[in-house]
Amino acid sequence: MVALIDYGMGNIHSVKKALEICGGKVLVTNNPEDVLAAEKIVLPGVGAFDDAMRELEKQGLALVIKNAVKNNKPFLGICLGMQLLFEKSEEAKAKKGLGILKGVVKKIPKGDFKVPHMGWNQIKINKEDNCPLLDGIIDGAYVYFCHSYYPVPHEIKVIAATTEHGINFTSIVHKKSVYGAQFHPEKSQGVGLKIIDNFLKVC
Amino acid sequence: MLAKRIIPCLDIKDGRVVKGVKFVGLKDAGDPVEVAKAYDAQKADELTFLDITASFEKRKTLCGLVERIASNIFTPFTVGGGVADIDDIRDLLNAGAEKVSVNTQAVKFPQLLSDAVKKFGSQCIVLAIDAKKCSLGWEVYINGGRTPTGIDALEWAKKGAGLGAGEILLTSMDFDGTKDGYDLDLTDAVSKAVNIPVVASGGAGKLEDFYNCFAKTKADAALAASIFHYGEYSVGEVKEYLREKGILIRL
Repeated sequence: MVALIDYGMGNIHSVKKALEICGGKVLVTNNPEDVLAAEKIVLPGVGAFDDAMRELEKQGLALVIKNAVKNNKPFLGICLGMQLLFEKSEEAKAKKGLGILKGVVKKIPKGDFKVPHMGWNQIKINKEDNCPLLDGIIDGAYVYFCHSYYPVPHEIKVIAATTEHGINFTSIVHKKSVYGAQFHPEKSQGVGLKIIDNFLKVC
Repeated sequence: MLAKRIIPCLDIKDGRVVKGVKFVGLKDAGDPVEVAKAYDAQKADELTFLDITASFEKRKTLCGLVERIASNIFTPFTVGGGVADIDDIRDLLNAGAEKVSVNTQAVKFPQLLSDAVKKFGSQCIVLAIDAKKCSLGWEVYINGGRTPTGIDALEWAKKGAGLGAGEILLTSMDFDGTKDGYDLDLTDAVSKAVNIPVVASGGAGKLEDFYNCFAKTKADAALAASIFHYGEYSVGEVKEYLREKGILIRL
Protein backbone atom coordinates (compact mmCIF):
# COMPACT_ATOMS: atom_id res chain seq x y z
CA MET A 1 0.00 0.00 0.00
CA VAL A 2 1.18 3.51 -0.89
CA ALA A 3 0.38 6.33 1.51
CA LEU A 4 -0.40 9.46 -0.50
CA ILE A 5 -0.18 12.26 2.03
CA ASP A 6 -3.03 14.75 1.83
CA TYR A 7 -2.08 17.60 4.15
CA GLY A 8 -4.14 20.32 2.55
CA MET A 9 -1.52 21.56 0.10
CA GLY A 10 -3.12 21.46 -3.31
CA ASN A 11 -4.94 18.76 -5.19
CA ILE A 12 -3.79 15.18 -4.98
CA HIS A 13 -6.30 13.90 -7.47
CA SER A 14 -3.92 13.53 -10.41
CA VAL A 15 -1.18 11.93 -8.33
CA LYS A 16 -3.64 9.39 -6.96
CA LYS A 17 -4.93 8.60 -10.42
CA ALA A 18 -1.42 8.20 -11.82
CA LEU A 19 -0.40 5.84 -8.99
CA GLU A 20 -3.54 3.77 -9.52
CA ILE A 21 -3.13 3.51 -13.27
CA CYS A 22 0.35 2.12 -12.62
CA GLY A 23 -1.17 -0.56 -10.40
CA GLY A 24 -0.57 1.06 -7.02
CA LYS A 25 -2.93 0.49 -4.12
CA VAL A 26 -3.29 4.01 -2.78
CA LEU A 27 -4.43 5.28 0.58
CA VAL A 28 -5.01 9.02 0.67
CA THR A 29 -4.31 9.98 4.25
CA ASN A 30 -3.05 12.49 6.77
CA ASN A 31 -2.99 9.94 9.58
CA PRO A 32 0.55 9.31 10.87
CA GLU A 33 -0.33 5.69 11.66
CA ASP A 34 -1.32 5.03 8.06
CA VAL A 35 1.94 6.53 6.89
CA LEU A 36 3.83 4.37 9.37
CA ALA A 37 2.08 1.24 8.09
CA ALA A 38 2.50 2.01 4.37
CA GLU A 39 5.11 0.31 2.21
CA LYS A 40 5.81 3.49 0.28
CA ILE A 41 5.13 7.18 0.81
CA VAL A 42 4.30 9.91 -1.69
CA LEU A 43 4.35 13.56 -0.62
CA PRO A 44 2.90 15.89 -3.26
CA GLY A 45 2.22 19.57 -2.71
CA VAL A 46 1.90 22.99 -4.25
CA GLY A 47 1.77 26.27 -2.38
CA ALA A 48 3.90 27.93 0.23
CA PHE A 49 6.79 26.23 2.04
CA ASP A 50 5.93 27.70 5.46
CA ASP A 51 2.28 26.60 5.27
CA ALA A 52 3.28 23.12 4.15
CA MET A 53 5.77 22.59 7.00
CA ARG A 54 3.29 23.97 9.50
CA GLU A 55 0.72 21.42 8.33
CA LEU A 56 3.18 18.52 8.37
CA GLU A 57 4.19 19.37 11.92
CA LYS A 58 0.68 20.09 13.18
CA GLN A 59 -0.63 16.81 11.81
CA GLY A 60 2.26 14.83 13.27
CA LEU A 61 3.52 13.86 9.83
CA ALA A 62 6.98 15.45 9.83
CA LEU A 63 8.37 13.08 12.45
CA VAL A 64 6.76 10.03 10.86
CA ILE A 65 8.25 10.89 7.48
CA LYS A 66 11.72 11.39 8.98
CA ASN A 67 11.53 8.05 10.77
CA ALA A 68 10.22 6.21 7.73
CA VAL A 69 13.06 7.53 5.63
CA LYS A 70 15.56 6.54 8.32
CA ASN A 71 14.20 3.00 8.00
CA ASN A 72 14.73 3.10 4.24
CA LYS A 73 11.06 3.20 3.32
CA PRO A 74 10.74 4.36 -0.30
CA PHE A 75 9.64 8.00 -0.39
CA LEU A 76 8.76 10.19 -3.36
CA GLY A 77 8.42 13.95 -2.98
CA ILE A 78 6.84 15.88 -5.84
CA CYS A 79 7.41 19.62 -6.44
CA LEU A 80 6.94 21.32 -3.05
CA GLY A 81 6.94 17.81 -1.54
CA MET A 82 10.50 17.47 -2.82
CA GLN A 83 11.60 20.91 -1.67
CA LEU A 84 10.43 20.11 1.87
CA LEU A 85 13.13 17.42 2.05
CA PHE A 86 15.76 20.14 2.33
CA GLU A 87 16.89 22.16 5.34
CA LYS A 88 15.40 25.51 4.44
CA SER A 89 13.93 27.66 1.67
CA GLU A 90 14.35 31.27 0.60
CA GLU A 91 10.57 31.30 0.33
CA ALA A 92 10.08 30.43 4.00
CA LYS A 93 10.14 33.10 6.65
CA ALA A 94 9.38 30.98 9.70
CA LYS A 95 9.85 27.30 9.07
CA LYS A 96 12.75 24.99 8.48
CA GLY A 97 12.35 22.04 6.16
CA LEU A 98 12.44 18.35 7.03
CA GLY A 99 16.22 18.38 6.68
CA ILE A 100 16.33 14.87 5.26
CA LEU A 101 18.64 16.15 2.52
CA LYS A 102 21.35 18.72 3.09
CA GLY A 103 20.84 21.91 1.11
CA VAL A 104 18.51 24.83 0.51
CA VAL A 105 15.70 25.87 -1.81
CA LYS A 106 16.26 29.07 -3.80
CA LYS A 107 14.24 31.37 -6.01
CA ILE A 108 14.90 31.19 -9.75
CA PRO A 109 16.82 34.42 -10.47
CA LYS A 110 15.21 37.13 -12.59
CA GLY A 111 16.78 37.54 -15.99
CA ASP A 112 16.00 36.72 -19.59
CA PHE A 113 14.23 33.57 -18.53
CA LYS A 114 10.63 33.69 -17.44
CA VAL A 115 9.57 32.89 -13.91
CA PRO A 116 7.60 30.75 -13.04
CA HIS A 117 9.42 28.09 -15.03
CA MET A 118 6.34 26.68 -16.66
CA GLY A 119 6.01 24.02 -19.30
CA TRP A 120 7.86 21.05 -20.75
CA ASN A 121 11.60 20.90 -20.27
CA GLN A 122 14.25 18.21 -20.56
CA ILE A 123 16.01 16.27 -17.85
CA LYS A 124 19.72 15.53 -18.16
CA ILE A 125 20.29 12.28 -16.35
CA ASN A 126 23.31 11.84 -14.07
CA LYS A 127 24.34 8.38 -15.23
CA GLU A 128 26.62 7.82 -12.26
CA ASP A 129 23.64 7.88 -9.95
CA ASN A 130 21.88 5.10 -11.82
CA CYS A 131 18.60 6.22 -10.27
CA PRO A 132 15.97 3.43 -10.35
CA LEU A 133 13.27 6.09 -10.74
CA LEU A 134 14.69 6.77 -14.20
CA ASP A 135 14.77 3.18 -15.36
CA GLY A 136 13.94 3.16 -19.08
CA ILE A 137 13.76 6.97 -19.29
CA ILE A 138 15.94 8.43 -22.02
CA ASP A 139 18.37 11.26 -21.39
CA GLY A 140 16.72 14.48 -22.56
CA ALA A 141 13.15 13.29 -21.94
CA TYR A 142 10.58 16.08 -21.53
CA VAL A 143 8.63 16.49 -18.29
CA TYR A 144 6.23 19.17 -17.04
CA PHE A 145 7.48 21.89 -14.69
CA CYS A 146 5.53 24.58 -12.87
CA HIS A 147 7.59 26.33 -10.17
CA SER A 148 9.48 29.44 -9.09
CA TYR A 149 11.88 27.83 -6.60
CA TYR A 150 14.47 25.12 -7.09
CA PRO A 151 16.58 22.93 -4.78
CA VAL A 152 20.31 23.31 -4.27
CA PRO A 153 21.59 20.09 -2.68
CA HIS A 154 24.84 20.38 -0.76
CA GLU A 155 25.79 16.81 -1.53
CA ILE A 156 26.52 16.52 -5.25
CA LYS A 157 25.91 12.81 -5.17
CA VAL A 158 22.16 13.15 -4.52
CA ILE A 159 21.67 14.84 -7.92
CA ALA A 160 20.02 12.30 -10.20
CA ALA A 161 19.05 14.71 -12.98
CA THR A 162 19.36 18.38 -13.89
CA THR A 163 17.42 20.81 -16.07
CA GLU A 164 18.30 24.10 -17.83
CA HIS A 165 16.26 27.25 -17.42
CA GLY A 166 18.64 30.17 -17.36
CA ILE A 167 20.40 28.26 -14.62
CA ASN A 168 21.22 24.57 -14.46
CA PHE A 169 19.23 23.23 -11.52
CA THR A 170 18.58 19.90 -9.85
CA SER A 171 15.33 18.41 -11.13
CA ILE A 172 15.56 14.95 -9.53
CA VAL A 173 17.18 13.98 -6.24
CA HIS A 174 17.94 10.49 -5.03
CA LYS A 175 19.53 9.30 -1.82
CA LYS A 176 19.01 5.70 -0.75
CA SER A 177 15.23 5.23 -0.57
CA VAL A 178 14.47 8.95 -0.89
CA TYR A 179 13.41 10.31 -4.28
CA GLY A 180 12.23 13.75 -5.26
CA ALA A 181 11.12 15.39 -8.51
CA GLN A 182 10.85 19.14 -9.03
CA PHE A 183 8.52 18.52 -11.99
CA HIS A 184 5.11 16.86 -11.99
CA PRO A 185 5.33 13.23 -13.12
CA GLU A 186 1.54 12.99 -12.76
CA LYS A 187 1.20 15.68 -15.43
CA SER A 188 3.98 14.47 -17.70
CA GLN A 189 2.05 12.04 -19.90
CA GLY A 190 3.89 8.79 -20.79
CA VAL A 191 7.29 9.76 -19.38
CA GLY A 192 5.73 10.78 -16.08
CA LEU A 193 3.70 7.61 -15.75
CA LYS A 194 6.83 5.55 -16.39
CA ILE A 195 8.57 7.38 -13.55
CA ILE A 196 5.65 6.67 -11.23
CA ASP A 197 5.57 3.06 -12.38
CA ASN A 198 9.28 2.82 -11.56
CA PHE A 199 8.68 4.20 -8.09
CA LEU A 200 6.06 1.54 -7.48
CA LYS A 201 7.98 -1.37 -8.97
CA VAL A 202 11.73 -0.87 -8.70
CA CYS A 203 12.36 1.75 -6.03
CA MET B 1 15.65 24.26 -22.52
CA LEU B 2 11.99 25.01 -22.06
CA ALA B 3 9.89 24.02 -25.07
CA LYS B 4 7.23 26.26 -26.61
CA ARG B 5 3.73 25.03 -25.81
CA ILE B 6 0.78 24.28 -28.09
CA ILE B 7 -2.53 24.51 -26.27
CA PRO B 8 -5.94 23.51 -27.66
CA CYS B 9 -8.77 25.47 -26.07
CA LEU B 10 -12.30 24.22 -25.46
CA ASP B 11 -15.31 26.39 -24.71
CA ILE B 12 -17.64 24.67 -22.26
CA LYS B 13 -21.30 25.39 -21.61
CA ASP B 14 -23.41 23.39 -19.16
CA GLY B 15 -20.71 20.72 -19.09
CA ARG B 16 -20.61 20.28 -22.86
CA VAL B 17 -18.20 21.43 -25.57
CA VAL B 18 -19.57 24.43 -27.43
CA LYS B 19 -19.14 24.34 -31.21
CA GLY B 20 -18.60 20.62 -31.58
CA VAL B 21 -15.28 19.12 -32.30
CA LYS B 22 -15.31 17.67 -35.77
CA PHE B 23 -12.27 15.43 -36.07
CA VAL B 24 -13.05 11.79 -36.50
CA GLY B 25 -12.84 8.97 -34.04
CA LEU B 26 -14.77 10.42 -31.12
CA LYS B 27 -17.82 8.68 -29.74
CA ASP B 28 -19.20 11.88 -28.27
CA ALA B 29 -17.56 15.02 -29.60
CA GLY B 30 -19.58 17.12 -27.16
CA ASP B 31 -18.09 15.45 -24.11
CA PRO B 32 -15.13 17.51 -22.84
CA VAL B 33 -13.52 14.38 -21.37
CA GLU B 34 -13.58 12.56 -24.72
CA VAL B 35 -12.11 15.58 -26.47
CA ALA B 36 -9.49 16.07 -23.75
CA LYS B 37 -8.39 12.46 -24.15
CA ALA B 38 -8.07 12.90 -27.90
CA TYR B 39 -5.86 15.98 -27.49
CA ASP B 40 -3.88 14.21 -24.79
CA ALA B 41 -3.20 11.40 -27.29
CA GLN B 42 -2.05 14.04 -29.81
CA LYS B 43 0.49 15.19 -27.22
CA ALA B 44 -0.98 18.61 -26.62
CA ASP B 45 1.31 20.37 -24.14
CA GLU B 46 -1.59 21.67 -22.08
CA LEU B 47 -5.31 22.17 -22.46
CA THR B 48 -7.47 25.17 -21.60
CA PHE B 49 -11.17 25.00 -20.75
CA LEU B 50 -13.18 28.20 -20.74
CA ASP B 51 -16.59 27.87 -19.12
CA ILE B 52 -19.19 30.20 -20.57
CA THR B 53 -22.06 28.91 -18.43
CA ALA B 54 -23.91 31.81 -16.94
CA SER B 55 -25.95 30.51 -14.03
CA PHE B 56 -24.54 29.79 -10.62
CA GLU B 57 -26.15 26.34 -10.18
CA LYS B 58 -24.79 25.07 -13.43
CA ARG B 59 -21.33 26.30 -12.54
CA LYS B 60 -21.34 23.79 -9.71
CA THR B 61 -21.28 21.06 -12.34
CA LEU B 62 -18.02 22.52 -13.65
CA CYS B 63 -16.07 21.14 -10.70
CA GLY B 64 -17.48 17.69 -11.34
CA LEU B 65 -16.38 17.97 -14.94
CA VAL B 66 -12.91 19.16 -13.95
CA GLU B 67 -12.60 16.12 -11.71
CA ARG B 68 -13.58 13.81 -14.56
CA ILE B 69 -11.05 15.46 -16.87
CA ALA B 70 -8.29 15.19 -14.26
CA SER B 71 -9.08 11.50 -13.84
CA ASN B 72 -8.67 10.82 -17.50
CA ILE B 73 -5.66 12.76 -18.71
CA PHE B 74 -2.13 13.22 -17.45
CA THR B 75 -1.70 16.58 -19.11
CA PRO B 76 -1.81 19.89 -17.28
CA PHE B 77 -4.87 22.01 -17.89
CA THR B 78 -6.19 25.49 -17.10
CA VAL B 79 -9.80 26.27 -16.29
CA GLY B 80 -11.34 29.73 -16.55
CA GLY B 81 -14.49 31.65 -17.28
CA GLY B 82 -16.58 33.44 -14.69
CA VAL B 83 -14.16 32.83 -11.83
CA ALA B 84 -15.45 35.19 -9.15
CA ASP B 85 -13.56 34.68 -5.93
CA ILE B 86 -11.01 32.73 -3.91
CA ASP B 87 -13.53 29.94 -3.28
CA ASP B 88 -14.05 29.39 -7.01
CA ILE B 89 -10.29 29.17 -7.48
CA ARG B 90 -9.86 26.77 -4.59
CA ASP B 91 -12.70 24.51 -5.80
CA LEU B 92 -11.28 24.28 -9.32
CA LEU B 93 -7.73 23.60 -8.10
CA ASN B 94 -8.99 20.97 -5.68
CA ALA B 95 -10.97 19.36 -8.48
CA GLY B 96 -7.71 18.84 -10.37
CA ALA B 97 -7.07 21.91 -12.54
CA GLU B 98 -3.37 22.77 -12.74
CA LYS B 99 -4.13 26.46 -13.19
CA VAL B 100 -7.12 28.76 -12.94
CA SER B 101 -7.53 31.83 -15.10
CA VAL B 102 -9.15 35.02 -13.89
CA ASN B 103 -10.32 37.82 -16.16
CA THR B 104 -13.19 40.24 -15.38
CA GLN B 105 -13.03 39.84 -11.63
CA ALA B 106 -9.30 40.56 -11.55
CA VAL B 107 -9.91 43.88 -13.33
CA LYS B 108 -12.66 44.79 -10.88
CA PHE B 109 -10.81 43.58 -7.79
CA PRO B 110 -7.07 43.30 -8.50
CA GLN B 111 -6.57 42.14 -4.94
CA LEU B 112 -8.12 38.82 -5.96
CA LEU B 113 -4.89 38.13 -7.82
CA SER B 114 -2.61 38.85 -4.88
CA ASP B 115 -4.86 36.98 -2.44
CA ALA B 116 -4.99 33.93 -4.72
CA VAL B 117 -1.24 33.99 -5.27
CA LYS B 118 -0.61 34.18 -1.53
CA LYS B 119 -2.89 31.21 -0.93
CA PHE B 120 -2.11 28.94 -3.85
CA GLY B 121 1.15 30.20 -5.38
CA SER B 122 1.90 32.15 -8.58
CA GLN B 123 2.28 29.02 -10.64
CA CYS B 124 -1.44 28.25 -10.69
CA ILE B 125 -2.91 31.73 -11.17
CA VAL B 126 -3.34 32.88 -14.77
CA LEU B 127 -4.41 36.40 -15.68
CA ALA B 128 -6.58 36.30 -18.81
CA ILE B 129 -6.61 39.56 -20.77
CA ASP B 130 -8.93 40.34 -23.69
CA ALA B 131 -7.40 43.24 -25.59
CA LYS B 132 -8.54 45.36 -28.51
CA LYS B 133 -6.60 47.89 -30.56
CA CYS B 134 -7.32 51.51 -29.80
CA SER B 135 -5.71 54.76 -30.87
CA LEU B 136 -3.09 54.70 -28.14
CA GLY B 137 -2.35 50.98 -28.01
CA TRP B 138 -4.59 48.20 -26.76
CA GLU B 139 -7.53 48.46 -24.40
CA VAL B 140 -8.64 45.80 -21.92
CA TYR B 141 -12.22 44.51 -22.29
CA ILE B 142 -14.16 42.52 -19.70
CA ASN B 143 -17.41 40.56 -19.45
CA GLY B 144 -16.52 38.29 -22.34
CA GLY B 145 -15.32 41.18 -24.49
CA ARG B 146 -18.51 43.21 -24.11
CA THR B 147 -17.32 45.98 -21.81
CA PRO B 148 -14.41 48.35 -22.50
CA THR B 149 -12.51 49.39 -19.39
CA GLY B 150 -10.30 52.25 -20.52
CA ILE B 151 -7.35 50.30 -19.10
CA ASP B 152 -4.19 49.93 -21.18
CA ALA B 153 -3.42 46.26 -21.81
CA LEU B 154 0.35 46.64 -21.36
CA GLU B 155 -0.07 48.46 -18.06
CA TRP B 156 -2.58 45.88 -16.86
CA ALA B 157 -0.28 43.01 -17.83
CA LYS B 158 2.57 44.59 -15.87
CA LYS B 159 0.34 45.25 -12.89
CA GLY B 160 -1.02 41.70 -12.97
CA ALA B 161 2.49 40.27 -13.06
CA GLY B 162 3.41 42.55 -10.19
CA LEU B 163 0.49 41.21 -8.17
CA GLY B 164 1.91 37.74 -8.66
CA ALA B 165 0.02 36.22 -11.58
CA GLY B 166 2.10 33.32 -12.92
CA GLU B 167 1.05 33.56 -16.54
CA ILE B 168 -0.87 35.76 -18.94
CA LEU B 169 -3.42 34.36 -21.36
CA LEU B 170 -3.57 37.12 -23.96
CA THR B 171 -6.45 37.16 -26.43
CA SER B 172 -6.55 39.60 -29.29
CA MET B 173 -10.18 40.54 -29.85
CA ASP B 174 -9.27 42.00 -33.25
CA PHE B 175 -7.74 38.76 -34.50
CA ASP B 176 -9.88 36.19 -32.68
CA GLY B 177 -11.93 34.20 -35.16
CA THR B 178 -10.27 35.75 -38.23
CA LYS B 179 -7.82 32.90 -38.90
CA ASP B 180 -5.40 35.60 -40.10
CA GLY B 181 -2.74 34.71 -37.57
CA TYR B 182 -1.94 35.92 -34.07
CA ASP B 183 -1.72 39.61 -33.27
CA LEU B 184 2.06 39.73 -33.38
CA ASP B 185 2.37 43.37 -32.31
CA LEU B 186 0.20 42.90 -29.23
CA THR B 187 1.79 39.57 -28.32
CA ASP B 188 5.29 40.93 -28.75
CA ALA B 189 4.56 44.05 -26.71
CA VAL B 190 3.02 42.15 -23.80
CA SER B 191 5.54 39.31 -23.77
CA LYS B 192 8.37 41.87 -23.65
CA ALA B 193 6.67 43.92 -20.94
CA VAL B 194 6.46 41.12 -18.38
CA ASN B 195 8.79 38.43 -17.08
CA ILE B 196 6.09 35.77 -16.70
CA PRO B 197 5.03 33.35 -19.45
CA VAL B 198 2.59 34.67 -22.06
CA VAL B 199 0.12 32.51 -23.97
CA ALA B 200 -0.91 34.02 -27.32
CA SER B 201 -4.53 33.50 -28.31
CA GLY B 202 -6.77 34.44 -31.19
CA GLY B 203 -6.32 34.12 -34.94
CA ALA B 204 -4.53 30.83 -35.60
CA GLY B 205 -5.60 29.54 -39.01
CA LYS B 206 -2.49 28.19 -40.71
CA LEU B 207 0.72 26.43 -39.75
CA GLU B 208 2.76 29.59 -40.40
CA ASP B 209 0.70 31.47 -37.85
CA PHE B 210 2.19 29.34 -35.08
CA TYR B 211 5.67 29.79 -36.49
CA ASN B 212 5.30 33.57 -36.68
CA CYS B 213 3.98 33.67 -33.14
CA PHE B 214 7.13 32.02 -31.80
CA ALA B 215 9.67 33.43 -34.26
CA LYS B 216 8.50 37.04 -34.09
CA THR B 217 7.37 37.42 -30.47
CA LYS B 218 8.54 36.24 -27.08
CA ALA B 219 5.34 34.24 -26.49
CA ASP B 220 5.85 31.03 -24.55
CA ALA B 221 2.76 29.24 -25.79
CA ALA B 222 0.16 29.44 -28.53
CA LEU B 223 -3.47 28.64 -27.91
CA ALA B 224 -5.89 27.68 -30.66
CA ALA B 225 -9.38 26.26 -31.00
CA SER B 226 -11.04 25.81 -34.36
CA ILE B 227 -7.90 24.82 -36.28
CA PHE B 228 -7.72 21.75 -34.05
CA HIS B 229 -11.41 21.15 -33.46
CA TYR B 230 -12.27 20.98 -37.14
CA GLY B 231 -9.39 18.63 -37.79
CA GLU B 232 -7.58 20.98 -40.18
CA TYR B 233 -4.39 20.07 -38.38
CA SER B 234 -3.69 17.79 -35.47
CA VAL B 235 -1.62 19.09 -32.58
CA GLY B 236 1.08 16.67 -33.67
CA GLU B 237 1.18 18.10 -37.20
CA VAL B 238 1.58 21.63 -35.90
CA LYS B 239 4.34 20.54 -33.55
CA GLU B 240 6.25 18.60 -36.19
CA TYR B 241 6.06 21.56 -38.55
CA LEU B 242 7.40 23.89 -35.87
CA ARG B 243 10.21 21.50 -34.95
CA GLU B 244 11.26 21.35 -38.63
CA LYS B 245 11.29 25.13 -38.75
CA GLY B 246 13.68 25.21 -35.82
CA ILE B 247 11.31 26.10 -32.98
CA LEU B 248 12.04 24.30 -29.72
CA ILE B 249 9.13 21.88 -29.38
CA ARG B 250 8.47 18.69 -27.46
CA LEU B 251 7.37 15.93 -29.84
